[in-house]
Amino acid sequence: MAEFKYTKDHECVYVEGDIAFIGISKHARDALGDLVYIELPEIGKSVEKGAEVAVVESVKTAAEIYLPVDGVVVAVNEEMAEAFELVSSPVNEKGWIVKVKVADISALDELMNEAAYAEYLKEID
Amino acid sequence: MLRKTILHGVHEVLGAKTGAFAGYDMPLYYGLGVKKEHEWVRAHAGLFDVSHMGQIMVGGVDKNGHSAIDFFETITPSSFEDLEIDRTRYTVLTNEKGGIIDDLMVTRTGMNTFHCVINAGCKEKDIEWIKSHIPQDGDLEFTHFEDWALLALQGPEAVRVVREILDINLSDLPYMGLWVREDYQMFISRLGYTGEDGFEISVPNEAAVELWEKLMAHEEVEPIGLAARDSLRLEMGYCLYGHDIDDTTSPVEAGLAWVIGKENTGFIGADVVLEHMHHGVARKRVGVHLLGKGIAREGAPILDGQGLEIGTLTSGGYAPSLEAAIGQGYVLAEYAKPGTDIFVNVRKRKIAAKVSRMPFMDAHTKKG
Repeated sequence: MAEFKYTKDHECVYVEGDIAFIGISKHARDALGDLVYIELPEIGKSVEKGAEVAVVESVKTAAEIYLPVDGVVVAVNEEMAEAFELVSSPVNEKGWIVKVKVADISALDELMNEAAYAEYLKEID
Repeated sequence: MLRKTILHGVHEVLGAKTGAFAGYDMPLYYGLGVKKEHEWVRAHAGLFDVSHMGQIMVGGVDKNGHSAIDFFETITPSSFEDLEIDRTRYTVLTNEKGGIIDDLMVTRTGMNTFHCVINAGCKEKDIEWIKSHIPQDGDLEFTHFEDWALLALQGPEAVRVVREILDINLSDLPYMGLWVREDYQMFISRLGYTGEDGFEISVPNEAAVELWEKLMAHEEVEPIGLAARDSLRLEMGYCLYGHDIDDTTSPVEAGLAWVIGKENTGFIGADVVLEHMHHGVARKRVGVHLLGKGIAREGAPILDGQGLEIGTLTSGGYAPSLEAAIGQGYVLAEYAKPGTDIFVNVRKRKIAAKVSRMPFMDAHTKKG
C-alpha cells in the first residue's frame, strides 16, 4: 500500500527516491468539485518551498498548489489537463499534478501521514 | 452571527454546503455539485431558496397628491405610468451622483401599489434610502415583508412542475407577469436570474417549508445553490450587485441605459445619468469571452493588444453551458465594441480574449 503525506493546504505527496509526486487530497477534490482547468508550470522550473507550482480551477474557485519543499519541476501531468477526472486517481498513479525533484527529501518527513491528516481534517471541520 | 432563512434547516437535511452570503448562511451547492446543478437548471427545473432577498411594498396616493408612481419615477430612472398592473420591470435605485444603490425588480400590483424584490446585501441601506425619500407630508405606505420567503423555480420544466404540484396552470402567464392567489398568500412571478423559463414564488414563512418539500418531491426538481446561480446568471450577462454594478457605476456605464424611461428626467442623479446618456461615458461594462486556456475571475486586469491596462474584470468564471471561460468587466469605452481583441491577465499570464455581446447565450425565458 502506497504511503501518502499531506500538507495543511491539502496537497497530497508521494515520494519515490528523490522525486515528490504532488497532487491534492480527496478532501480538496470534494471541496473543489468538478475541475474545469489546470494550470501547469514549465518543466525545469525551480520552485521554492511554500510557492505556487500549479493551479487547479473548478467552477467554484481557483486553488493554488504549493510546494511543501524546495524543488525543480521534472514532469507535469498533461494528460490530466485534458482529462480532469484523473485528479481522483491515486497520486502515485495518474493523480499527480507535478513531479518535483527534491534536494532534501527528508524535509518532507514533517508532513502529516494518513492518520495525522485525518485528525487534522476533524480539527478544521 | 450569520442570519438564516426559514429554509435553513431544510438545506442542512439536504446536505448543502453552506457559506456566508450577504450576512446569511446560504446553500452554495448540494449533492450534485455546481456544474451538474447548473446543467440541471438548463435541462429540467432547479429550486433555489432566495429568501434572503428583501421584499418590500410602497403604495397609495396621499392627500397631497404624491403617488407611488411619482415616487418610483423619482428613486429610479424608469417609467412606471405605462407599466401594466401585475407586470414587473427591472430597474435600479440611483444616488445623487448617478451611481447605482441597488438593482431591483418592481412589480405593479395595483394602480398605485408596487412590490419590490431587492438584494439581500442591500436591504438595510435600500430601506433606509427609500423611507428617507418618501415625502414626509403624506401617507405613502411602506411595508417590509420580513416574514416572507422567496423560492425560485427555474428551468424548462418549471411550468409543468407548478401545474402538477400546485395545480396552477401558468403556461400563458407572460414573461415578467404576476399571478396572485385569491387569499393573497402566494405571489408567483414569471421571471428569474438564470435565463430559463421559471418563477419566483413568494409565500409567508410559515408556508415556505411545505412549499419547498412539495416542489422537491417532483422528479424534475433538484435543489440548486448560490454557486450555480452565479454561473447561470453570468452566462446571461446579468449584473451581480457589488461586483458588476455598485454606487460608483452609472446605469449608462453599466449598459443598463435601457431601464431609463424616455419621459423620466426628474429622478435622483438624473443630471449625471442623462449627461452620460447624451455625451457618452469613459468606461463601459462588457462581456469577456476567453479564447486562450484558463479561467479569469473578478479583479483580473483587462489589457489591450499592446499590454496596456484598459479595465478590470468584475465577474468571471467557467460557464458550464458554453464550456468556456467568460466574464464581465469595465473597459475604456473605445474597447467596448463586441469582437474587440483583448487580453485578461491571470497570475501574470496574458490570456487572449474577445469582447462579447451579452447574453453569452440565448435566454429561454417565456416569449411575450
